[in-house]
Amino acid sequence: MAAVFHEEAGRLTAALVKRLGDFDLAEECVQDALVAALEHWPRTGIPDNPGAWLMTTAHRKGIDRLRRETRYREKVAQLEEAPMTEAGSMPDERLELIFTCCHPALAREAQLALTLRSVAGLTTAEIARAFLQTEATVAQRLVRAKRKIVDAKIPFRVPEGHELPDRVGEVLAVLYLMFNEGYLATGSRGAMDRDLAAEAEWLTSLLARLMPDEPEVLGLLALMRFNLARADARFDAEGDLVLLRDQDRAKWDRPAIDETFLLVGRYLRMRNPGPYQLQALIAGAHADAKSWETTRWPDILRSYDALLALHDTPVVRLNRAIALWHVEGPEAALAEVDSLSRELNAYHLFHATRGELLRALGRTADARAADARALELTENPAERALLEKRLARRSR
Amino acid sequence: MPKYMLMFVGSDDWYDKQSKEELDKAYQPIMKWWDDLSKTGVIKGGEELGMQRKATSVKRVNGAMKVIDGPFIESKETVGGFALIEVEDLDKAIAIAKSWPGGDVEVRPIVDHGA
Repeated sequence: MAAVFHEEAGRLTAALVKRLGDFDLAEECVQDALVAALEHWPRTGIPDNPGAWLMTTAHRKGIDRLRRETRYREKVAQLEEAPMTEAGSMPDERLELIFTCCHPALAREAQLALTLRSVAGLTTAEIARAFLQTEATVAQRLVRAKRKIVDAKIPFRVPEGHELPDRVGEVLAVLYLMFNEGYLATGSRGAMDRDLAAEAEWLTSLLARLMPDEPEVLGLLALMRFNLARADARFDAEGDLVLLRDQDRAKWDRPAIDETFLLVGRYLRMRNPGPYQLQALIAGAHADAKSWETTRWPDILRSYDALLALHDTPVVRLNRAIALWHVEGPEAALAEVDSLSRELNAYHLFHATRGELLRALGRTADARAADARALELTENPAERALLEKRLARRSR
Repeated sequence: MPKYMLMFVGSDDWYDKQSKEELDKAYQPIMKWWDDLSKTGVIKGGEELGMQRKATSVKRVNGAMKVIDGPFIESKETVGGFALIEVEDLDKAIAIAKSWPGGDVEVRPIVDHGA
């Protein structure tokens, strides 16, 4: 039943937003329909076409609600004119919904909350827990975003032509942030956060079904899946973060990795590379390696070079330096990292990476100073624990 | 159809630094932009505003209206002009804003009190 709800909540919301132009009303109707299903289905069994059942119910509940509430009086006609009850002819308008929720005119936090609420069907309380925020904060953020959609007339449609690449990029940025919010926080905040990464993966796979010809969508999906396949090895028995190099590779989900390579094959055949596709290639090269030492570092370096050509940022250069270390040695990598000191001085991973390279070069005192600086700069509990362990080990 | 106000950022500083020729050159694409969109009926009205240093504010102080030299808020960037446009939705308004040959643009929906 949970799977049915997951799939249908966004579909219903999309259909109702389209007809009513009103997010609040649409969500209330969907909520009513889901509650009705929770009451009926355990007794009668899940209907043959659960989507149609829910749609009919949402539609009926919507009319009831509209008749009861004067604020919605003029909308009764809209619902009565456009019945959605013919079974089997339910259009999927979730793509429109996704683009509306991730419209660049909305703040990033609002895009995240709205997408989780409307497309994935999470409750306000669930979203608040995932982001460690109060329910009131999230509720207010949602109200403001929905009001802006109505008042500024953010359209409910899939952008066309030259607008499309930018807008797809915006949606992918929202989904990737959502994923990282869940994935990077795992272990420090408890089991709950795994769900945010799983929601992001689910939403991205939905997007991939709705836009099967967009290589970057497939790229992001592959990137997420390679990461999720390694999730079980990322924390040790004490719940401490384990770096990729030290992970127990037997714990990786091999079938999931193999399946993700099929996805990689699909986007490579489209011959239209982009940043997510390249990052997934890098994640794939790691997932494919038997050990840290036998990793195909030259391939990874090549992917980073391609990534730099598209998207030259200090953080990409920093990550590339790790591959450079294994292809050309720690000295070349340190020179590259040091050249980024001005831009990345406040970034903890800059100092952590420097610390590793300095240690590889035998400059222990400098390495300690770099690790200490990294520790000062991060608040992430899992990363702090790792750095503290590293510092303690060397003071013995 | 919904209406939006496009507010164009201007600065006294920039204006001061331009020579007469440079100003003429900068205004050419702006004039063309304005003419084209007025002809197609997108622009319903609008004006360029005089410099910030020419502003006069009338402020309510302890219930009485007091005249003060200068804008409400002194800032490097201010509204240098505005256009009232009528288009289908925010995406269309954003597309028009992106085509503005000048600097930054703020897009604000006009409140429809008739709705």
